[in-house]
Amino acid sequence: MKGRALLTLGGLLVGLVVLAALVSLVWTPYDVAALDVGQRLLPFSAAHPLGTDQFGRDMVSMLIVGARTSLAVSLLAVGAAMLVGIPIGLAAAARPGPLDEVLMRSGDVVFAFPSLLTAILLAAILGPGASNAVLAIAIFNVPVFARVARGGARGLWSRDFIAAARLAAKGDARISLEHILPNIAALIVVQATIQFSLALIAEAGLSYVGLGVQPPAPSWGRMLSDAQTLAGTAPRLAILPGLAILLAVLGFTLLGDGLRDRLDRRGARA
Amino acid sequence: MTLLSVENLSVGYGDHTAIAELSLTLEPGKVLGLVGESGSGKSTASLAVIDLLPENAARGGTILLDGVPLPVGDEAAMNALRGGTIGMVFQEPMTALNPMMTIGAQVAEAVQLHRRVGRREARALAAAVLERVGLPAAAIPPTRYPHELSGGQRQRVAIAIAIAGGPRLLIADEPTTALDVTLQAQIMQLLRSLVAEGMALLLISHDLALVAENADAIVVMKDGRAVESGPVREVLGAPQHGYTRRLLERMRHVPVRKLLPGTGRGTGAAGGGGAPQTTVSLAEPHLHHPSDGLPPRAGEDVLLEVSSLRRVYPSRNPFSAKGGKIALDDASFVVRRGESVGVVGESGSGKTTLLRAVLALDRPQGGDVRLNGRSITSARGAALRALRRDVQAVFQDPYGSFDPRHRIERVVAEPLVLLDPPVGAAERRRRVEATLEKVGLQAGHADRFPHEFSGGQRQRIAIARALIVEPALVVLDEAVSALDVSVRAGILDLLADLSDRLGLAFLFVSHDLSVMRAITDRLLVMQAGRIVEQGATAEVMAAPQHPYTASLLAATPDLERALSTT
Repeated sequence: MKGRALLTLGGLLVGLVVLAALVSLVWTPYDVAALDVGQRLLPFSAAHPLGTDQFGRDMVSMLIVGARTSLAVSLLAVGAAMLVGIPIGLAAAARPGPLDEVLMRSGDVVFAFPSLLTAILLAAILGPGASNAVLAIAIFNVPVFARVARGGARGLWSRDFIAAARLAAKGDARISLEHILPNIAALIVVQATIQFSLALIAEAGLSYVGLGVQPPAPSWGRMLSDAQTLAGTAPRLAILPGLAILLAVLGFTLLGDGLRDRLDRRGARA
Repeated sequence: MTLLSVENLSVGYGDHTAIAELSLTLEPGKVLGLVGESGSGKSTASLAVIDLLPENAARGGTILLDGVPLPVGDEAAMNALRGGTIGMVFQEPMTALNPMMTIGAQVAEAVQLHRRVGRREARALAAAVLERVGLPAAAIPPTRYPHELSGGQRQRVAIAIAIAGGPRLLIADEPTTALDVTLQAQIMQLLRSLVAEGMALLLISHDLALVAENADAIVVMKDGRAVESGPVREVLGAPQHGYTRRLLERMRHVPVRKLLPGTGRGTGAAGGGGAPQTTVSLAEPHLHHPSDGLPPRAGEDVLLEVSSLRRVYPSRNPFSAKGGKIALDDASFVVRRGESVGVVGESGSGKTTLLRAVLALDRPQGGDVRLNGRSITSARGAALRALRRDVQAVFQDPYGSFDPRHRIERVVAEPLVLLDPPVGAAERRRRVEATLEKVGLQAGHADRFPHEFSGGQRQRIAIARALIVEPALVVLDEAVSALDVSVRAGILDLLADLSDRLGLAFLFVSHDLSVMRAITDRLLVMQAGRIVEQGATAEVMAAPQHPYTASLLAATPDLERALSTT
């Protein structure tokens, strides 16, 4: 089946990136903090399978440590957005009327700004660094999760089992946690996967313009940016991190699409 | 001359046999009723006739149209027949119409598919067809969109599309199931007038009374087989097969109820001095919470008192001069302990709003709902929790009324949070098992998930959930409407038995008068937010006082009436 193959491919790519990031926590082929100008710009070899960069750092090590940076920033940003956005969406769905309007229109205001440009602006104002990158990316994901949660929850609120819960004198908050949230979890997981791939791109973009993780911590976006001046002599320095970003984003997108298809089918059967 | 002849039709999906050895014939100008419960294969049979079966269906047998075999599998040839010779009307008119096209354009499209006419002429023909189905352009312009029409009008449009190509055979699959009875009567009248013009009608329905009133011949299906067929009067008047007999029995089934003191079933008399029903003993007396430690009030046997209830839904447009929709207007009635009261009315009559107010799921703008003499309308917090213990509900949709992720134990135990002090896990489990057994299920069912149960079992689970806190009043919202007749009879018996054993009072909301006749002591008839008539069920049914009640009764298909008149 085609959908299944794509889901598997997405899972494999994501697994590869996550594995690389985890391995980098305990072991890297070479120390990425150690510069060795004598070893600079080496081509592919047995000692350095993907060669070395302009400071003599091993590219394999750089890429797997970069995976850690990208994943950590995206995970924190998406996680923070979910923590804020989902309760907002649940509250809006539970109380149609003024509260719903205020919350959702505020979300629309955030949507009105071009996200990456505003993230760059924010990072520029707050100063570069990983935590500000997380904050800037998270802000634009909050209304996404609020909307998804509200949309799923609104449909459930009209169901009879919610009326039954209300007859048991359960309050809005308790119903939202006990009945609504578990039933929209699948929806949220799918959205989280897709937002994660967008967060990866945003992180790479912020790092590219120098507003993400600061040197010497490696990051795919900054590797790309650093490689610009050497694009003529060593194009692989730009191609390799670009390829890493591409495969990671592709992996998460395929995973999200595949999960959505599978969960939709389950939803249709229930 | 036979128009449609189906011989030894069989349809299977893998190992599952949907239809086996089905044979039927239909003459022009006649109506053949195909009846059966869900899963009997009646809809599959209709799809086979129009060759719209799913691709994985394996089929056998022959279908002859005018003596010529149906060109099964030949899409081009079938398309010429579909709409041209065979028309089809489905159950749900909203989903059968294209919401983005005007009704005139949809009918004109159907006209153009079967006749070589220009756009203008097609529109003119479409207008004529719409007029034929009772939607004259002066009243309902063809430029309307489906969402601007009522359910009955939409079904008329669907019929217009089906007859636009001038079919000689019309297949109608539950054409009126989604409609109110008065609309059902109108649509059936329209279909009969088309039959009078020479069209043949294959009427598929679960409703024996409807088929008895409208069909010439009948085929009774069970598990994909025709168990009995022949002229309607013979088959339903003197059924030969056990299944047909059982179906008729279940349909006419009236649960036996003991007379409760003070309720006077069938008389509707107020009757004083009834034994306090709270003392009706249960299997577990300690389970029973004293629901009235309050001083006695006037009219002690009155459990629920609804007075001058008013609910207006605000207009969607804040700038509109109109005051919004009046859903409830000056509704007043009482329910006594142990009494079963029915509320009938068509969609939009306010019965659901009334029910939500009684359950305190919605706040009315005027009037009061008192339970045991205490107002549920103004109660908040702990007072409302205490009142909720005494009124629980069973909802219509046996598929939507449980959280699909919770096991039955958790589903049924949900109202237990109302108890004070709360019960422990072991006690909770014990009560769930006892309540499940009380409604005819097994203790072991507590560990299963809702999707593992049939519709009838689900309604039993829903009743168990309502009963676990031992309320004095259970509100049932169309609780048996979605069930097959054989399952329905079982649920009605259970409700009657529970009312006898536990002294429960029921407030039964339904559009189905036959259910009301079987289970209620008193009947309220609602129209446009008002209670237009109330009285003892038997009296209201025998001698309706309000013209609306009379029209409802006249429009409701009645098996005995259909079989006795000529």
